[in-house]
Amino acid sequence: MNSRPDYILFDRNTKAFVYGYQVNAIQRMLDFDYVCQRETPSIAAIINPSRSGIHKAFWGTKEILLPMYRTIAEAAEKHSDADVMVNFASQRSAFDTTLEALRESTIRTVAIIAEGVPERHARIIGATARRAGKVIIGPATVGGLTAGAFRIGNTAGTIENIIACKLYRPGCVGFVSKSGGMLNEAFNIISRNSNGVYEGIAIGGDRYPGSSMLDHILRYEANPDIAMIACLGELGGEDEYRIVDALNEGRITKPLVAWVTGTCAPFLPASVQFGHAGAKADTAKETAQEKNRALKEAGAYVPESFDGYGDEIRKVYETLLAEGKVREVVEPQVPSIPVDYSKALSTGMIRRPTTFICTISDDRGEEVLYAGIPLSDVLERNMGIGGVIGLLWFKKVLPDYAARFIELVLQIVADHGPSVSAAHNAIVASCAGKDLISSLASGLLTIGPRFGGAIDDAAREFKRAYDSGLTPEQFVNEMKRKGVNIPGIGHRIKSVKNPDKRVQLLIEYAKRHFARTDLLNYALQVEAITTAKKGNLILNVDGCIGILFLDLMASCPVFTQQDIDDVLKHGYLNGLFALGRTIGIIGHILDQKRLGARLYRHPSEDIAFMLPEH
Amino acid sequence: MAQRGIREFDAKRLLARFLPEYLDDFDYGGEIALIGPETDLERTVSDNPWILEKRLVVKPDQLFGKRGVHGLVLLNASWDEVREYLSKNMNREVTIGGVRGVLDHFLVEPYVPHENELYVAISSDRDGDTIYFSTQGGVCVEENWDKVIQMHVDILDGINVADIKSKLPASPDAERVARFIEALFRFYVDLGFVYLEINPFTIVEGKIIPLDMVAKLDDAEEFWCRKKWGDLVFPEPFGRSLTPEELFIKEIDAKTGASLKLTILNPKGRVWTMVAGGGASVIYTDTICDLGFAGELANYGEYSGDPSTEDTYHYTKTILDLMTREKDPRGKVLLIGGAIANFTDVASTFKGVVMALREYRDRLRENNVRIFVRRGGPNYEEGLRMMRELGIELGIPIEVYGPETHMTRIVPLALRGE
Repeated sequence: MNSRPDYILFDRNTKAFVYGYQVNAIQRMLDFDYVCQRETPSIAAIINPSRSGIHKAFWGTKEILLPMYRTIAEAAEKHSDADVMVNFASQRSAFDTTLEALRESTIRTVAIIAEGVPERHARIIGATARRAGKVIIGPATVGGLTAGAFRIGNTAGTIENIIACKLYRPGCVGFVSKSGGMLNEAFNIISRNSNGVYEGIAIGGDRYPGSSMLDHILRYEANPDIAMIACLGELGGEDEYRIVDALNEGRITKPLVAWVTGTCAPFLPASVQFGHAGAKADTAKETAQEKNRALKEAGAYVPESFDGYGDEIRKVYETLLAEGKVREVVEPQVPSIPVDYSKALSTGMIRRPTTFICTISDDRGEEVLYAGIPLSDVLERNMGIGGVIGLLWFKKVLPDYAARFIELVLQIVADHGPSVSAAHNAIVASCAGKDLISSLASGLLTIGPRFGGAIDDAAREFKRAYDSGLTPEQFVNEMKRKGVNIPGIGHRIKSVKNPDKRVQLLIEYAKRHFARTDLLNYALQVEAITTAKKGNLILNVDGCIGILFLDLMASCPVFTQQDIDDVLKHGYLNGLFALGRTIGIIGHILDQKRLGARLYRHPSEDIAFMLPEH
Repeated sequence: MAQRGIREFDAKRLLARFLPEYLDDFDYGGEIALIGPETDLERTVSDNPWILEKRLVVKPDQLFGKRGVHGLVLLNASWDEVREYLSKNMNREVTIGGVRGVLDHFLVEPYVPHENELYVAISSDRDGDTIYFSTQGGVCVEENWDKVIQMHVDILDGINVADIKSKLPASPDAERVARFIEALFRFYVDLGFVYLEINPFTIVEGKIIPLDMVAKLDDAEEFWCRKKWGDLVFPEPFGRSLTPEELFIKEIDAKTGASLKLTILNPKGRVWTMVAGGGASVIYTDTICDLGFAGELANYGEYSGDPSTEDTYHYTKTILDLMTREKDPRGKVLLIGGAIANFTDVASTFKGVVMALREYRDRLRENNVRIFVRRGGPNYEEGLRMMRELGIELGIPIEVYGPETHMTRIVPLALRGE
C-alpha cells in the first residue's frame, strides 16, 4: 500500500483495475499514461467475468500485455498496489460489483460509469463507501482525470483533445461538475483561461451520486498544489448548499468559481424532465437562481451566466498570478501517440498495397454481393444454382437456358451408386467413424484423371482436334498413333446397345436450346468411328459434358474467347463434376451414419498377398 | 431514468397484493377499480361485484392532489351516482394549480365511514429513508406538522417493530400500527418506491384501510421489480400528454443504449435546439432564456451516449419535420449544439443529422431556416467539415464552430446576429 494523503485520489503512480472488457477505454487510459510520460501503465489488470487471460494493448508504439481476471477478489489479491476500480459494469451489475470492490481492503476508489443505477443501490453504495472511508465517483458519469497522472476510462475523449487542453501536465485548478459531458467542456474552458487543470471530476447527473461536489472541493482545498477551485452545479438537490455552508464556515478558503445551470427552468413547464435524472427542482431552494444567489452571497465567484464562466476563471487566475500564488507552467515535451491504423486508413492518411484481390463477391455492405448483384436480387430473379454458378465462377449473368444446363449437369452427375471411387471411399471413411466433412473430403480426393476428372481433358482434346481442322478419322488415328485413349470416349458398362441415358438427356437438351452444337456434332462423328471398332467406345458422360459446355460457350454471346480459354486452362469443368457429385457423396455418408454402419475391413481373401522373398 | 409518479390505483393495487407478504394479517382486499375513457363499465361491474353492493367513492386518478379542494371527489355514492359523475367529468377539461388538462382516469372504491384519520409517509434522502407518522392525518396534517413523528432509517440499517412502537403515542392500536409501518417500510424498499404517502388511512374494527395514496417509483428498478409491478404504466404528469413525435423519440430512446429526449414546449416557436448531452442541453436552454427568447423556444431535448447514425437521423428528422410545419415570416433557427464529447463519435452522429437535413432541404429553404453548429470531440473535424459542405450543397445557411469557440456562443449569433 502506498501512502497518499487523503486528499489525493490519483497520482502518477496510481494503479487501477478496469472492470468490464472495454477495449477502447483501456487503450485511451494507456495513451493518456503515455503522453503523461508515466513510467508504468495505470491499469494493473482487467476484470472480465467471462474470460481470464491477457489483453494486448499499445504502449506508445510498442505492445504490452495486461492480465485479465474473472473476479475482483483474484485481481485484488494479485495486485495489491491497485487502489482504484473503474467500473464499467452495466446498471444491472454495477451494485454487486461495486460492493464487492469496496470489500477489498486495497481498493479505495471506485468510479461507476453505468447510467440507470437505481437510487437505492446508489445510496447503499455511497453510504457503504463513506462508512469505510472510501470514495465513489458516479454513477452515471464518465469519471474524471488528474492531469499528468491518471485518467478514468474515456474522460476527456481523444488524445488530440487531451493535448489541446494540456491535460498531460497539472495546472492549478481543481474542477468538479455533475455532468460528464460538461467536464470535457470545462477542461477546454479552464485550459484557455488559466495555467490548466489539476484535476476534474464529474460526480454524475443522478439524484444520489456516491460522492458530492463538496467532497471533492474539500479535497482540492486540502491539496497544496491546487490554487483555485471551479465547480459547475445543476438545479435540483441541495448539494450546492453544502458548498455554501462550507464557504460560510470558512472550510473553503481558496477562491471558488461556481455556476449552477438550469436557470431556464422557471420559463419551462414544471413537468419537463431534463437529461439528468437529478435535474429537477422540487422546491424554490433547489432552483438554479437560488443556488447561484446563495453561492455568490457566501463568497463564491459567480458569473452572470454560463457565458461568463471562463472569464470569471481568468479573473481569479490572473489575480492569483499577480499575487505570485501561481506560476505559468513550463510546458514539457509531449510524446506523440501514433495514429491507429484503422483510423488513419479511414481518414485517408495512409495507404498500403493489398495482399489479396477478390473480384467475385463482397460481404462488407449490408448484403453480400455475388459478382456485384445483391443476394436478394439473386433470389428475387430466381437465378437458381446455375445462375449463382454463372455469377461466382464466370462473373456473368447467364441466360436462363445456360443456367438450366448447368443445373442439368449437376443433377446428372450428382450420384452414380455406391461402387464408384468417390462414394466408396466416402463410405469406407464414414464407416471408420469419421465425420461428415472428413468423409466427404476422402471421397472428393478420388476425383482425378481416371475418375470423374475427364471432363476438362475431353473438352480440351476435342476442341484441339476440331480447331486444328483434323477430320474425325485423322483425330482417331492420331490418338491411336500416340497410344492414348481419347478422353471422353468409352465406358465400362455402357455401349451402343446399352446407351447411357444421361448422355442422351444432355444431347437432347443441347439440341433443343443451343444455337449451335458444332463440337458435339464432331464428337458424334468420332463416336461413330470408335463404336464401329468396339461397342463400348461411346461418347461418355464426362466427354459429353465437356464438349457441350464448349458448345454452350461458343454459341452464347455472354462468353468471350478469353472465357473459353480460361475454362480450359484452369479446369473449371471438373469443378462441375466435383460440385454435383458432392451431393451424392454426402447422401452416401448420411446413409451410412443413419444405418449405424460399422468399421469396414476388406476381407483378406480378396487380396492376393505376394510379398518378395528374401 | 428517474422518479416517476404512479396512479393511486396502482399504489393501492401493489399494497393489496404485496403488503400481506410482509404483514400476514393485513386484510385490505384492494377493492379498487380504475376507469379510463375506453373502459367498459359493464365489464367493470362484473369484474368488481362490490360496486353494486357498497356505497362508493370516485375521484380523478391522474397524479394531482387536493382533489377534494377542487370539488372532484364524490363520496358515499351509489353506482348510479358514480356513473352520472363519470359521464359529467370524463374528458372534461379542468385547470388544477394553473395546469390545464383533461380528466380521463378515475378511481372507484368503497366508501369507508370512519372517525380517525391517520397519516403515514416514507420519503428518501441520500443517507436513508424517513418515516412520517401522525395520528392527525387527512387534510389537516400540514397544519399539525409539529405533531408528525419522524423516524430516520439509515440506508445501511433497518428498523424493527419495537423501535417504531417506542416512538408512537401509547394507544391500543400502537402495536398494530407499528407492525403495519414496519411492513410498509420493507414493502417500500423491496418494490422500488422513492416516495409513498397514505393520507389518510383509518382503522375500522381493527382493520387498516388506506383511503388516499400517493406514490413514486424509481423507474431504474424496473429490471428487478418488473414482475411485481405487473402491468404498470407511468402516466405523464397531469395536463401533459405526449405528442406523437415525443412518443416516437421515447420509443427509440427505450430501444437504444444511448439517450434521446424530446419535449415540445411551443410548436410555433422559432428557436429549435438539438443539443448533445444532458448537461450541455440545459446550458443552451439557459442561454436562450437569458437572452429573452424563452417565449420563442420550441423544444427541450438532448441526445447523448454515442447514439447510432440511424438514431440521430430519426431524431433530426423528427425535429425538422416539426419545425417546418408552419412558416414564420421571420424565419427560424436550429441550434445543433454540444460540448466537447468524451466518447461520442461526432462524425458518425452528424452523418445521421446530415442525412435528415438533406432530405428536408426544400422545406428548410421554404421556412427560411438558419442552422448553427457547435461541437467538439472524437472525429469532430470530420463532422464539422460535413456540416460546412452540406450548407454549400443545400444552399442553406449553416454556420459551423468547433471547440475553439465558446460552447454557447452560437446562441447570441443565431438569435441576435451578434
